[in-house]
Amino acid sequence: MKQKVLLFSLFQLRFYSSAFATEAEEQISNSFFQVSRIPVLLGLIILCGLILYCIQIAKKGQYIFIRKIAGLNAIDDALGRATEMGKPVLYVPGIMEISDLQTLASISILGHIAKKTACYETDLYVPNRDPLVFSTAQEVVKESYLAAGRPDAFNENMVEYLTTDQFGYVAGVNGYMVREEPAANFYLGGFYAESLLLAETGNAVGAIQVAGTAIPSQIPFFISACDYTLIGEELYAAGAYLSDDPRSKGSLKGQDMGKLAIMVVTILLILFNIVYNMNISSGNDSSEGLLGKTFNVLESGMKGE
Amino acid sequence: MKRSIPIFITFVSAVIMIVFYFLNQDIESVKKFQAGILNWVSIIAAFALLLGIFNLLFVNFYKLRRFNKDSIYSLVLIVSFLTITISGLVDDTSATYSWMFENMLRPLSSTMFSLLAFYVASAAFRAFRAKTKEATFLLVAAFIVMLGRVPVGAMIWGKIPLISNWIMAYPAASAQSAIMIGAALGAVSVSLKIILGIEKTYLGGEE
Repeated sequence: MKQKVLLFSLFQLRFYSSAFATEAEEQISNSFFQVSRIPVLLGLIILCGLILYCIQIAKKGQYIFIRKIAGLNAIDDALGRATEMGKPVLYVPGIMEISDLQTLASISILGHIAKKTACYETDLYVPNRDPLVFSTAQEVVKESYLAAGRPDAFNENMVEYLTTDQFGYVAGVNGYMVREEPAANFYLGGFYAESLLLAETGNAVGAIQVAGTAIPSQIPFFISACDYTLIGEELYAAGAYLSDDPRSKGSLKGQDMGKLAIMVVTILLILFNIVYNMNISSGNDSSEGLLGKTFNVLESGMKGE
Repeated sequence: MKRSIPIFITFVSAVIMIVFYFLNQDIESVKKFQAGILNWVSIIAAFALLLGIFNLLFVNFYKLRRFNKDSIYSLVLIVSFLTITISGLVDDTSATYSWMFENMLRPLSSTMFSLLAFYVASAAFRAFRAKTKEATFLLVAAFIVMLGRVPVGAMIWGKIPLISNWIMAYPAASAQSAIMIGAALGAVSVSLKIILGIEKTYLGGEE
């Protein structure tokens, strides 16, 4: 019975998918729209819809549970440690341009950290590789000190532009670490080969280190050399996590709902693939039959063909 | 007004870019628009470079004037900057310019990059200490992968390279995919917040 239900569902899926694909193929040459990108559009609409729905819920004042992120909870401890030791805090916003979302997420976290260093009267140093990131970071730190009621504590030298050269930048930041021995180092943003060079130097000077990046190849380096690491999405979530704005919290919940939707789709596709492979192993032609055709339609749709 | 205008520009630009992503890229007007956007990016980048140069010089002249223990670094920076800029402007194929690039800038960059090998060794030593069950698991997996990547691995047992490839192709790749999917969702969420003006920290000041 269950198998019949499954086959009927797959038949419906195949019917709609193939009808959609056939119409799309006919129109593709003359269409003003890129038909192959319609699945992306649908995904985007669903995800944005979920996020906007959660933002609305949060705005109405409904309680939203957000799981604890150890790396973000450690920010206060790291700043407290720096204050107690009378040593500065180093904040590295990555080496990417301002157009990179990781940098924007990092700038958002910098605003929160700058407010706290202003309150605690702790020195903050933000070296930059990109001129536009530099001017943005400078403005954000300045405004954060103003918002914390300590504009007098802001110093122009807190935020510096070092160089666009990747390893020249590393040399500058590492030099600062060795000379000033900051008590807390934050590496949040987009990083490449310099990640380990920075994190290992920070480790050698004994600083408590919090890192975060969405670049998968650099995450292991940060995990091995830093005390706390924000992995991928956690970096993007950090701004909302640290914020008191209910809309930001709502967007975080929406993001998690989107993740849940992707998990459900992934599990369904895995099950579908298993059934498809079982069908092949029972001697049927892989490109023929209900399952074969449906799988081919889905496969070409996912590839954007 | 200071915030409303940038937010409005962000919203309009983002909506235009999203709409154009879904339009047929072969249409002439779409192509023209994309070329126009690239020009805008180049112009903004050129101004950003100028901003960077003037700021760098301004900050370091200021530091030099105040004269403290770190002023020597500012002096080195200003002298190097002027020397390489002037030699490049006079003739970018000049022997002086090439000599400085090949014998000063490149070795300095290479030195910094080569330090990575030592840092990898020390970080790996810390990460692979079998203190917990997870760390032991990591140690064993890393040992097999490393052994599978060198000829001696295959000499010990012919299936070590196969196991190594399997670890990279399935457990490692699936974990990486999970991180990338999560990051992509996070990126969409941040983008949406920026487009709708919920996230304004990048403009400076209040959230």
